[in-house]
Amino acid sequence: MNDNVLLSVSGLSTHVGIGAQPIRAVDGVSFDLKRGETFALLGESGCGKSMTALSLMRLLPASGRIVAGAVRLGSRNLLKLSEVEMRRVRGGGMTMIFQEPMTSLNPVLPVGTQIAEALRLHAESAGGGSRQRVLELLRAVRIPDPDRRIDEYPHQLSGGMKQRVMVAIALAGNPELLIADEPTTALDVTIQAQVLDLMRHLQKERGMAIFLITHDLGVVAEMAHRIAVMYAGEIVEQADRSSFFSRPMHPYSRKLFDSLPTLSRREQRLKVIKGDVPALQHRFTGCRFASRCDHVMPMCWRQPPTWHAADAEQKVLCHLYGTQTHTPQFSGSVNGGGDRPSLEPDRSVVEPLLEVDALRVHFPIRKGVFKRTVGQVRAVDGVDLDLGRGRTLALVGESGCGKTTVGKGILQLVRPTSGSVRYEDTELTRLAYSGLRRRRSDLQIIFQDPFSSMNPRMLVGDIISEGMKALGLTATPAQRRQKMERLLRQVSLPGDSAGRYPHEFSGGQRQRISIARALAVEPRLIICDEPTSALDISVQAQILNLLRELQQQAGISYIFITHNMSVVSYIADEIAVMYLGRIVEKGEVVDILRAPQHPYTQALLSAIPALDPATKRAVIRLQGDIPSPSNPPSGCHFHPRCPQAMAICRQSYPRRVRLDDRRYVSCHLFDADAGQQ
Amino acid sequence: MPVLFWTDILIFVLVAVVTAFFFYARRREHLRAPWRQVSRSGVAMGSVVVLAFYATVALLDSLHFRPVLGDRGEDGRVQYAHEVLSVFDLLATSIRTRDEKTYSAPFAAFLYAKETVELPDGRQERRYPRLRHGGSHLQNPDEDKIGDIIATSVFASVKGLLVWSGSCTVLLLLLAGRTRKNLGVVFEDVTRGRTHTRWRSILVTLGFLLVVSFVAADLSAKYHILGTDKVGEDVFYQTLKSIRTGLVIGTLTTLVMLPFAILLGIMAGYFRGWVDDVIQYVYTTLSSIPGVLLIAAAVLILQVYLDNHAEQFASVAERADLRLLFLCLILGVTSWTSLCRYLRGETLKLREIDYIQAAEALGVRHFSIISRHILPNVMHIVLITVVLDFSGLVLAEAVLSYVQIGVDPTMNSWGNMINSARLEMAREPIVWWSLFAAFVFMFTLVLSANLFSDALRDAFDPRMRRQP
Repeated sequence: MNDNVLLSVSGLSTHVGIGAQPIRAVDGVSFDLKRGETFALLGESGCGKSMTALSLMRLLPASGRIVAGAVRLGSRNLLKLSEVEMRRVRGGGMTMIFQEPMTSLNPVLPVGTQIAEALRLHAESAGGGSRQRVLELLRAVRIPDPDRRIDEYPHQLSGGMKQRVMVAIALAGNPELLIADEPTTALDVTIQAQVLDLMRHLQKERGMAIFLITHDLGVVAEMAHRIAVMYAGEIVEQADRSSFFSRPMHPYSRKLFDSLPTLSRREQRLKVIKGDVPALQHRFTGCRFASRCDHVMPMCWRQPPTWHAADAEQKVLCHLYGTQTHTPQFSGSVNGGGDRPSLEPDRSVVEPLLEVDALRVHFPIRKGVFKRTVGQVRAVDGVDLDLGRGRTLALVGESGCGKTTVGKGILQLVRPTSGSVRYEDTELTRLAYSGLRRRRSDLQIIFQDPFSSMNPRMLVGDIISEGMKALGLTATPAQRRQKMERLLRQVSLPGDSAGRYPHEFSGGQRQRISIARALAVEPRLIICDEPTSALDISVQAQILNLLRELQQQAGISYIFITHNMSVVSYIADEIAVMYLGRIVEKGEVVDILRAPQHPYTQALLSAIPALDPATKRAVIRLQGDIPSPSNPPSGCHFHPRCPQAMAICRQSYPRRVRLDDRRYVSCHLFDADAGQQ
Repeated sequence: MPVLFWTDILIFVLVAVVTAFFFYARRREHLRAPWRQVSRSGVAMGSVVVLAFYATVALLDSLHFRPVLGDRGEDGRVQYAHEVLSVFDLLATSIRTRDEKTYSAPFAAFLYAKETVELPDGRQERRYPRLRHGGSHLQNPDEDKIGDIIATSVFASVKGLLVWSGSCTVLLLLLAGRTRKNLGVVFEDVTRGRTHTRWRSILVTLGFLLVVSFVAADLSAKYHILGTDKVGEDVFYQTLKSIRTGLVIGTLTTLVMLPFAILLGIMAGYFRGWVDDVIQYVYTTLSSIPGVLLIAAAVLILQVYLDNHAEQFASVAERADLRLLFLCLILGVTSWTSLCRYLRGETLKLREIDYIQAAEALGVRHFSIISRHILPNVMHIVLITVVLDFSGLVLAEAVLSYVQIGVDPTMNSWGNMINSARLEMAREPIVWWSLFAAFVFMFTLVLSANLFSDALRDAFDPRMRRQP
């Protein structure tokens, strides 16, 4: 065996579930992982990524079992070890961090104690769990002020810091291999950038190998040396980073790239992968991707494909490359559409539909027996927006900045503390309950989580027709049924959906039901609250296409609440960037993406992992986390994290500076009176 | 002439509601699924059979009427007796009417107390006299009793087994018809426990209960199988009559408290603000008052009323029934707070969930949101609480009657039996069978209710739901 290979996996197969037809979650996966490299396993949800990682650690759920294969760490076959020996390997030889830092730490123990525990388990020498070593580790993972943090409890730390504590615990045993299962998916982009940077740094310092599991092409591009694409339980392509990003070979890999929303694809429909991931219960006779592939050939159905090496670094599991006579032709390149549309913003004047002025939503903090108000959480603190007919405004910002509350405040689901929301000629904030009900059909909302957005005890038909019934939009049940059938067709759901329950549908289909429910009352404005962030890339493309289509057909306006910049660049006309309850910059999407002005916007954009290293901006690293909205910093809210902060930033909140008729920014850098720029 | 007591009416309303829910849930998959999981639990299905047995006795005991007197009145109309009987009393006439003079031990042929008996030769002697009914068919009780008991039991067991195998066959035929399988295959499925519903546990429990009831019925025709009490009444009859009292307390109390708990709990959670404050203060205050105090005060006031207005009631049984109903009411008023608190918390959580927000954005009225979105999604909590509370209430009745603020002393109840046992246990030699009978019947009921509620909670509580 090559000395350089740390982990060698061959023919690994894991079944989950008992009975005659277990789910073949991992089905013959083989790969080698070299010392000190980052190996990324890329794939959509349900393709077996996490099961692969858990199989390596032998931490499968009770119903799962490894049925075949070998996992060699160094010279030892891990699958042959006893549980006692395996426990020494976990944490020592290799270790794992999980997606959700909130639930990975014990909430009743200080973080220092939890790190010390890991140290005691693995350190050979005496005094392994000493405070000194814990502090060293906290410093290694760049936790600011470690002397104080060591005695704090997990709830006192932010998500990014918790994930760093998890990394510190993982490092306690000096592992040779770190398995990271979607380590940054639950974090904001700026925090994600910090954590990814930390992982790269630690890898360089300690020569540790990283096995990175992710669905995010951007993270892969930033981190990975080599990449394996997983589909339906098996690896379909392996390549090094540069070959993969310049020339993905498997049709599935190419589709993943094609379905990414980008600025340059604005004028086209996104490519989607038709159909669904096949059920993994049965054996496959041919290629697993055949039913969804555009290049399917008769032989794909008959025999499983074999590996074809393109060069030393890249190999693919596809019949297309096996036949010498046939060279696959793919249209378009990876990083852009075929013909470039004009990206000049549309400057034509549009009728205003919605105007939000100085919107404030404060939540009182109450204490004591008499519920005295002792403070305010300023979730939204003076937001101005305006939106034209048939336009899309993206509201972007990190979690906790008040985006969702703005959406609910506009809909009056949360009554604003002050400010005005003017829809056409109606002032929504002053409407009473019954007046508001008459306006309800015009403004609708689509939620992020497709699972909690529908009553699990109602039929899909009842869910969709609920609004029509409540608002008395259709006279007879027959009309209602007719309309519902039309809606289901419009969002391309099967016709018999109405008689089924929500749990019978996949995430993407549920999001379509949500859209149909909103459309049923014929709204003019839909607030989309992160409608695609819980979905896979290919499903996201379907939903974005659908939303785009509806806008073109019915002239619906959207307020798109999201933190995903690539979605913004595809769908939005304008962007408003929020930070801690206020909008710091607003303008046309092209202008802002090309030349962000506010330091926060710049940092936000630079933190997004880029697919193409050539277009990568220099990363502006933000220190720390978003402050609490109950106690915002004095002056400009952003100054404690701002790389360009000046003295005046600590004193006063900057006024709004108009850069042109559609664009403004709130920053002292642009304020002529502040004597700068 | 049929007589309807208040509790009878409410019991039949409850039965109607449960039946209606059964037919409603049958057609809805999400309602059926958890019940199906309950039916997969062998212990739960065994408990259901036991509970059904209790429920049957209680229902039979709730069909009240006044029997026709033999002779017609002066005007030729049918005359009815003053006494109110139930269908159950009619079935149990033999043990109801066979009173002894005073205490007698289970299966005894002699009284438990010595009496002065005049001998044929005119001498007087103090000895244990023969019972009027218990074992009176025996010539020589000391020698023949054991053999007679065994013979009667064996004969009754055979009868029980025959009835049991008959019902098994009917069930197997029905199952075979429904699943369109061979009878032999169905038989094997059932005996190996491979059916969806655990028919095996049902049938085993049923068989056991049938044999026990046949043996008890046949023996009690000849003996007092659980002895007699101070006034010579059969204890077995008393404890069977107590079943109705226990079940009425356990079920009607929840029926009383549910409207309070559901309405106030959901309102507090849904509307928040001052509505929430008021409701919270009400239940916090109410739950700080010791429940026993409140119950004692209410029951004593009622008793005074009943004593002063005796002429308003047609019979003693009617008065006792009113007191029972009142006890249910006051127990309900003191016990709705905990369910209310659960429901408020759950509603607060549900209120923020996306589908409620979506419904609000769609302009759905408050009432529809509560009835369509919130109520169905908190029903599992209601169900679990009701079933868990049931056994607690049955025990509460016993405790309250023991301190004499429970049901009317003339009404048969386990609490009253335990209360009278206080003196019996202090007697020398002690009379233990009243307490024993009350204990066995109460224990069986509460145990099976608890086992059933465990299975129910496993099936309905989303936090306990295991991955399939």
